[in-house]
Amino acid sequence: MSKIKSLDELRQMKARLESEMDIREKSNNPDKLVQIRVAMATCGIAAGARAVMNSIIERVEREKLPVIVTQGGCMGYCYAEPTIEVKRPGEDPVVFGHVNADKAMEIIDKYVLHGELVDGILPVNYQTIQEKI
Amino acid sequence: MNDLSMHILDIVQNSISAGATLVTLTVDESPAEDLLTIAVGDNGRGMTPEQVSRLADPFFTSRTTRRVGMGIPLLMDSARQSGGDVRIESEPGKGTEVTAVFGYSNIDRPPLGDVANALMLLVSSNPDQDFLFTYRYDGEEFLFNTADVRDVFGKDALRNLTIIRNLEKMIKDNMREIRNC
Repeated sequence: MSKIKSLDELRQMKARLESEMDIREKSNNPDKLVQIRVAMATCGIAAGARAVMNSIIERVEREKLPVIVTQGGCMGYCYAEPTIEVKRPGEDPVVFGHVNADKAMEIIDKYVLHGELVDGILPVNYQTIQEKI
Repeated sequence: MNDLSMHILDIVQNSISAGATLVTLTVDESPAEDLLTIAVGDNGRGMTPEQVSRLADPFFTSRTTRRVGMGIPLLMDSARQSGGDVRIESEPGKGTEVTAVFGYSNIDRPPLGDVANALMLLVSSNPDQDFLFTYRYDGEEFLFNTADVRDVFGKDALRNLTIIRNLEKMIKDNMREIRNC
């Protein structure tokens, strides 16, 4: 097996995909897209963030939603992992905790697409005990 | 951590946080030698020998959002419980290489898990970084390089989730093919 084979496969894939690909260039106007950041530090991964991220990506790809999905690090909300941060264009980011694949779909249906808040929002003034001292 | 691909997700994040522009991931399964090796290398900012020596300590972390850092200690645990170990080489300004070795047939070795999915989650989240993935199974080899993908599909290819999904499937198929021959 060599690199050449993989390159050939890529070219074949390109020909096959050209018809079904979403040609909108997401990178051209990132400001107009909803950004979803899945916390994927050790705490997030151990709590199941990967399944959450996979389900979000699958939905965004299937329905061609105007959403960018990325990974984030630990924000100190280890107790509430998996967490996702959703930033709608022009609005402050909102962090949801204890998210699973079902909860992620609810967040997409209500908050991402319609701006309607759902349960599970982590307060922005949350402080760890160390910060309070 | 349920499987080794989750460790990969975790450890590669360290490389990204260290400002790496190139991450090399090597997964080498060798039933013949009874070894499984996972190596993550990067060209990030690297660590001093003092920092490296403290990596095994879960209460050491470079971050400020919390006071514990469990990624490397958990990886060490997984490796050691299967008769292996973790080796870390790092140089400030050059980069870091983390190599974890596992006893292949050891009953306490976690399963490898879905490496293709872990890799593509990392790639799609970091579309401007370069990833070089090498998979070996008893000497057979498959290479995947995100630079090739950009050459064929254009520079923004890795932001396209349809391409990402198909690449993941391609990598999965190739890994399966190598494993079966």
